[in-house]
Amino acid sequence: MAAAAVASRGLLSRLKAGLARTSDRLSGGITRIFRGRRVDPATIAELEELLIGADLGVATAARLAASLAREKIDRDVTVDDVRAALARDIAAILAPLARPLPIDPARKPTVILVVGVNGTGKTTTIGKLAKRLKDDGLVVHLAAGDTFRAAAIDQLKIWGERAGCPVLAREQGSDPAGLAYDALVQAKAAGADVLLIDTAGRLHNRTELMAELQKVLRVLRKLDPEAPHVRLLVLDATTGQNAHQQVETFRGMTEINGLVVTKLDGTAKGGVLVALAERFGLPVHFIGVGEAIEDLRPFEAQAFADALVGLDRSEAGGNP
Amino acid sequence: MFESLTARLGDIFDRLKRRGALSEADVETALREVRVALLEADVALPVVKDFIERVKGDAIGAEVVRSVTPGHMVVKIVHDRLVETLGAASIGLDLAAAAPVVVLIVGLQGSGKTTSAAKIGRMLQERDRKRVLMASLDVYRPAAQTQLAVLGETAGVPTLPVVAGQEPVAIARRAHDAARREGFDVLLLDTAGRLHVDADLMDEAAAIAAATDPTEILLVADSLTGQDAVNVARAFQDRLKLTGIVLTRMDGDGRGGAALSMRAVTGCPIKLIGVGEKIDAIEPFHPERVASRILGMGDVVSLVEKAAATIEEADAARLQAKLESGGFDLDDMAAQLRQLRKMGGVEGVLGFLPGAAKIKKQVADANIDFKILARQEAIIGSMTKRERKNAKLLNARRKQRIAVGSGTSVPEINRLLKQYMEMESMMRKMRKLGKRGFLRNLPFGGPQFPR
Ligand SMILES: Nc1nc2c(ncn2[C@@H]2O[C@H](COP(=O)(O)OP(=O)(O)OP(=O)(O)O)[C@@H](O)[C@H]2O)c(=O)[nH]1
Ligand SMILES: Nc1nc2c(ncn2[C@@H]2O[C@H](COP(=O)(O)OP(=O)(O)OP(=O)(O)O)[C@@H](O)[C@H]2O)c(=O)[nH]1
Ligand SMILES: [Mg+2]
Ligand SMILES: [Mg+2]
Repeated sequence: MAAAAVASRGLLSRLKAGLARTSDRLSGGITRIFRGRRVDPATIAELEELLIGADLGVATAARLAASLAREKIDRDVTVDDVRAALARDIAAILAPLARPLPIDPARKPTVILVVGVNGTGKTTTIGKLAKRLKDDGLVVHLAAGDTFRAAAIDQLKIWGERAGCPVLAREQGSDPAGLAYDALVQAKAAGADVLLIDTAGRLHNRTELMAELQKVLRVLRKLDPEAPHVRLLVLDATTGQNAHQQVETFRGMTEINGLVVTKLDGTAKGGVLVALAERFGLPVHFIGVGEAIEDLRPFEAQAFADALVGLDRSEAGGNP
Repeated sequence: MFESLTARLGDIFDRLKRRGALSEADVETALREVRVALLEADVALPVVKDFIERVKGDAIGAEVVRSVTPGHMVVKIVHDRLVETLGAASIGLDLAAAAPVVVLIVGLQGSGKTTSAAKIGRMLQERDRKRVLMASLDVYRPAAQTQLAVLGETAGVPTLPVVAGQEPVAIARRAHDAARREGFDVLLLDTAGRLHVDADLMDEAAAIAAATDPTEILLVADSLTGQDAVNVARAFQDRLKLTGIVLTRMDGDGRGGAALSMRAVTGCPIKLIGVGEKIDAIEPFHPERVASRILGMGDVVSLVEKAAATIEEADAARLQAKLESGGFDLDDMAAQLRQLRKMGGVEGVLGFLPGAAKIKKQVADANIDFKILARQEAIIGSMTKRERKNAKLLNARRKQRIAVGSGTSVPEINRLLKQYMEMESMMRKMRKLGKRGFLRNLPFGGPQFPR
């Protein structure tokens, strides 16, 4: 991909740095726990706590630790053995999620509705995604569906300029469903390949705001019964166990069928994703690793799992 | 997904009650459950460990042994400790300095800084009659300065005119000069979101603080934050000498463990909470409420008191028996409506119930309007005994009769029946889920609504 080639160095080092930080604590902890010790109930309990500290949640942490215990109990193992086993188990859970965005060139356009709670990175992700898809040679339209938050429209317009994609916008306060409808009409007429629709951030427990999203779905379906083809939930990696409620409710009320996890360039571990994977199995299409336009990466299960447990395969010199 | 602490502790409590005293082993068993509850509420692990150690010291010994219901005593000790750790209620902003008092607002990306700045600006202006100037130092996020300007306009709080191309520290200086020159009481500085591990941006924040000498440096943090809360809070505290924390999105259904984590590692008071997107959605911090929320339970003590005073044991027991045996009919629904009304309406009830957030959601899902409880009771009251036992009998003609009898309308009756059907199916589902847990563990033996 052209953009990736241009930005690759900065991007890769940023990604690596980000993911490395994500896992610093966890990997440091694993080293501390297992250096010079056997895998026994005490070390397993500590490992379980560590996974909890990475936001995996109590149940998932217990399960992973137990599986490791079964495999390695009372055996002398190296720190890297433990890491590799954990990464393998986590990657196995995450692997089914790593699926590309289902963009069908026959559909003109593939409609992508982007939803999520406030401030998770929806608008920014749309900007990054627009650029990425455009670089793939697709014609991408944007719709400024957040008609609520101050300057949300200006924000998306700037992203549209950066990505070189047209943005349909109305004044603040206008009906998001009506805007989405018109945007789809225009995108169809223009023969666009992709229409990305931004929405205002909303907490999932606000029923009336969720109903507003349902209306957007309904209205779009009048034009295309399959639309919006992708209902993307943007999750903030710093979010803890509330991510469960977010996914559950957005899935129930807005039929989300894909995830993006943002802000993985911080120290948050995004570990809740492992538990979400077990529970919901929704595909994760991308991860956000910064605020710049190129800071969007496809989700890769093994890389994510390796990073989470602090396994650096390049340093270790190949596959363990 | 998450069991309330009371539900978790149910079995243990039953055992404790029978024995009437707490051994060290008992306390440890109970605290193991407390520990899980805290972790599920996103309290950071090191904070949880420390907290549990302290509670253990309190719980083993005389206080508990003397109490009538040792189980509840443990929860009360946990709760009280939690309140204490969360800190005193509603410490206001410190504005006791020479004008213009500078309030610097910092935090991670998207935590709610700009919105909170505008809310605080409006609050100080309207409530405290202060002359407030706001300035955005965010030159990175697209349209960030416009956002604050628009919010300022809505709130009626002046913002510093934007000069394109100016650097954050320079804007801060210009704002400070303008505030001084124009006689403002308070200068609110909104900054760009930054990661605590971004050395350049943390340097920039420190430089802004050095240039403006803020009286308040507020960390704005998302109450939905997970285990990372400790890292974030500690890093900002180390670099910037925070004076307070603003927790946003408390209108969500998060358990809010981040509040405890951040408070514990920084020692900073939580000064304000954001409870919505609107400009007036900001409130003082109440440790009791947050403590109950973290534990996923109402205040057990007041629950017991209030429940004992208002719930008719017989009703509750009957409902319990019903639920366990099978059928849930309209008579049972009427009993529930009656109890609800006695408990003082929905707010009164939900605030006290374990797992309140979940129940609230179910109430919302079930479309129950508490203003019309009495009307609904009247509807059921106008039914015949047979109709109450078998809602299927209710055809159009019967509904017509009931509408006249109760002074209501057929659509209202239909709504009630729909609600009844939903509740009935929930009850059925819940029964299927098993006999353990929730139902039996409520002190008064029966729920107002199923989980
Ligand atoms: N560090 C980092 N910051 C990000 C990332 N994605 C988004 N952000 C930042 O997070 C903040 C919020 O992003 P937005 O795109 O405005 O979030 P949103 O979900 O559209 O917000 P609302 O529309 O207000 O609900 C901005 O400062 C972004 O620059 C990421 O992957 N990493
Ligand atoms: N529900 C709810 N939403 C809030 C609250 N506070 C802020 N928000 C929303 O959170 C989103 C982000 O708020 P901003 O004020 O833009 O956040 P910020 O920290 O300034 O973001 P950056 O400048 O990009 O770092 C917006 O959609 C706000 O409306 C709150 O207390 N409750
Ligand atoms: Mg947005
Ligand atoms: Mg901002």
